[in-house]
Amino acid sequence: MRSAILQTASRYLLPILLLFSVFLLLRGHYYPGGGFVGGLVAAIAFVLHSFAHGTTNTMKIIGYKPMALIPVGLGIASLAMFLPVLIGYPVMTGLWFEEPIPVIGMMGSALFFDLGVYLVVIGVVLTILFTISLHTH
Amino acid sequence: MIPFGKYFRTKWCAVLILLPLSIFCYLLGYIPTVRSGNVAYEFYQWVPSLNINLDLRIDGLSLLFALLISGIGSLIFLYASAYLKGHQYLDRFYAYLCLFMASMLGIVLSNNILLLFIFWELTSISSFFLIGFNNDNPDSRKSALTALSVTGMGGFFLLTGMILIGNIAGTYSISELMNAADVIKNHELYPLVLLLVFIGAFTKSAQFPFHFWLPGAMKAPTPVSAYLHSATMVKAGIFLLARFSPILGNTTAWSYTLMIVGGLTMLYAAIHALFRTDLKSILAYSTISALGVLTFLIGLGTEAALVAAVTFIVVHALYKATLFMTTGIIDHETGTRELTQLGGLRKVLLPVFIAGLLAALSSAGMPLLFGFISKDLIYEATLHADQQLAIYLTAAAFVTNLCLVAAGFMAGIKPFTGSLPQAYEKVHLPYKAMWIPPLVLAFAGLYFGFFPNSAGEQLIAPAVNAMSIAPAAVHLKIWHGFNTVLILSLVTLVTGTAIYYVNKADSRKLAWVQSFQSASPQAIIERLSSGFVKFSDWYTDTMHNGFLRSYLLKIILFAELLLAYELFIGGPIYIDYSKLSAISVYEAINVLILIAAVVLTVTTSSRLTAVVGTSVIGYAICLMFVYYSAPDLAMTQFTIDTLTVVLFVFVLFNLPPFINQANNTIVIRDTVVALGFGIILSVIAIKVLQVPTDISISKFYGDFAYTLAKGKNVVNVILVDFRGFDTMFEIVVLSIAALGVYSLIKLRLTSSEKE
Repeated sequence: MRSAILQTASRYLLPILLLFSVFLLLRGHYYPGGGFVGGLVAAIAFVLHSFAHGTTNTMKIIGYKPMALIPVGLGIASLAMFLPVLIGYPVMTGLWFEEPIPVIGMMGSALFFDLGVYLVVIGVVLTILFTISLHTH
Repeated sequence: MIPFGKYFRTKWCAVLILLPLSIFCYLLGYIPTVRSGNVAYEFYQWVPSLNINLDLRIDGLSLLFALLISGIGSLIFLYASAYLKGHQYLDRFYAYLCLFMASMLGIVLSNNILLLFIFWELTSISSFFLIGFNNDNPDSRKSALTALSVTGMGGFFLLTGMILIGNIAGTYSISELMNAADVIKNHELYPLVLLLVFIGAFTKSAQFPFHFWLPGAMKAPTPVSAYLHSATMVKAGIFLLARFSPILGNTTAWSYTLMIVGGLTMLYAAIHALFRTDLKSILAYSTISALGVLTFLIGLGTEAALVAAVTFIVVHALYKATLFMTTGIIDHETGTRELTQLGGLRKVLLPVFIAGLLAALSSAGMPLLFGFISKDLIYEATLHADQQLAIYLTAAAFVTNLCLVAAGFMAGIKPFTGSLPQAYEKVHLPYKAMWIPPLVLAFAGLYFGFFPNSAGEQLIAPAVNAMSIAPAAVHLKIWHGFNTVLILSLVTLVTGTAIYYVNKADSRKLAWVQSFQSASPQAIIERLSSGFVKFSDWYTDTMHNGFLRSYLLKIILFAELLLAYELFIGGPIYIDYSKLSAISVYEAINVLILIAAVVLTVTTSSRLTAVVGTSVIGYAICLMFVYYSAPDLAMTQFTIDTLTVVLFVFVLFNLPPFINQANNTIVIRDTVVALGFGIILSVIAIKVLQVPTDISISKFYGDFAYTLAKGKNVVNVILVDFRGFDTMFEIVVLSIAALGVYSLIKLRLTSSEKE
């Protein structure tokens, strides 16, 4: 299934969708969005690209196996979970910076947790889909 | 320890002996504290929210047990280093042994019954490893499994009992429970608590009818039998009874149950011991019998009985461990434990003979040995019981002791006397590390026999005090004066010796006893368990046949029945049309699309069309969410639906062409089930409107999302903050699922590559 329109479109759609997914991730705390949806949108962006260019080419763009994102995401999420313990609060206490950061806004441990969720979701979805598409037929 | 395994496998294993030895010396330092009646506490926080903390106490009872465990442990470590010299898995053996010793110490030192239970289970598990240590032997594996299932089952009951106790008294701490003893005893659930705790203790301490795992456990290497199945683990049940006797004891139910079960066990096992010809079997049955005596004495519960019980614990640990170790040496050197083939070994194994002799005499209650004192105390306890009971109790103790005397002689003396068979003339003494430990224990028995008060005041009195409410004075004496007790002791000794001479080890008698096997508790429980296996087979075959459609059908049918029943008893349903909002054009169109998609999905004969149909259904539902202002849900549903279609397409690509196997009956059946489910869910949805909604939860989240978690999007705040733990576990589950898919597909690929 190689269509020139889809190939050209997906080349531009991929960065736009990824940007959109990060946007969803960051606004999640105040407006509809969040790590889970953001991760799904990012995964869809890559899947769309793989439809147009073939899974192997998409893998080349990512550079790593998508499975590598899973431990990274889990690591960030657990870090956000256990970081308060190091400072002496119970597990999963929300910690926040005093001042808002430009563009991102208020930043706290919840955001890191959400970032972990985001990465895990991308990793899981792409691992499942790419494994099936690469190793069957 | 594992990384250094190869060092410990060789001569360095001697270093490990320092571990139990240092614990032993450390504990010795507590004797003065405990003797003056104080209780030492140690406390570390562990799971404060569940009230489980590393909360340790050292009183007389725990100190006595802890000293036995670490002291005999040191000797066993030494003994095992020679017994298993050069064994391939010696490092593992020591790892299991250390694990066991630590958990055993944990049991006796815990001040929290839940902590005690954790250590209790750990001893079951480590003993499973130790019994099955020779894991290439199927018999050994089977025995390990039997022991684990019996003690594990007991542990389950014990846990229930302990939770009940904790709920009644409102505390899990042993110190506080002792103050709440009356509350528990007068509670209506007291009999149930008692039953549960008893099952736990009886399974662990091999009381009738749960005794059968102990002879099987003799498949373990002898150091293990000597340590676990004579001196320590089986005494955990006894310890439990002793620990709980100030909390639960001194009621009629407590005393009579323990006396009956203990009495039955001690008689049954003592008589059984006489028919055995395998040395370790004799020891196993006499151990069961001794445990019965202990249960019996704790049930009797008088001060004299408790003194007798504590003394007997020490005496028995000393002589039984010795006998096990001498048996191990005989087995190691001659290669057999059959009493019929052994004899005259004193000529070649003199130090071993001395140890065996002293132990056998101590077990027989020969004057000037520690065993004599304990036997006196036992008779004193039974004679001074209730007037009507005294005669029966004394008779039971007398018969048991007779058999134990004979059994002790059979194990400790018989192999060494008589003429030496030619085959064993070349037998030589093993390493010193092997015959010194039994000798040390045997002489300890002799020492305590001469100076009973050295043990009496330092160890036994504090232990008895920890078990009873009123303080007791303990004076152990060699000479109690010329009275009924002394006469009974001497008669026991003489008659027991006579039985020993009359009762020749004979395999025919063993066969005769074996013929009753089919009526024994072991056979009954084995039959039960094989019945259970058959039931599980049948259940798996009928309920889990591996077809997704059959699972779905059963699950949905079951849910329908439950929901329909609930609706049926819930009363009539009204629909208040006035409260419903008007249907907009968008909604009407959306529903039409939805219905068209459902019809298409159900009737199409192409898989791809069906997938497209379901995704249309999904998108239509998304639109519904949008109408009813649930943007988060709609967004997630939308993306998920998209990905699902992609996934389906990938998978369907690899499936064989669609074959319609459904005939008319199946189609009708499925239609009925599906329509039923839809109707029930709709009815529930209508019913929800009637019930006043409880908005306190949503109000809580709405109020606190910004103040506590600094977020305005409540859904997201719930996900990452209020219910963050759930999210964490969900992403872990997702990751596992991804790995599962990945490895399943990779696995199939590599196996097809091989072909």
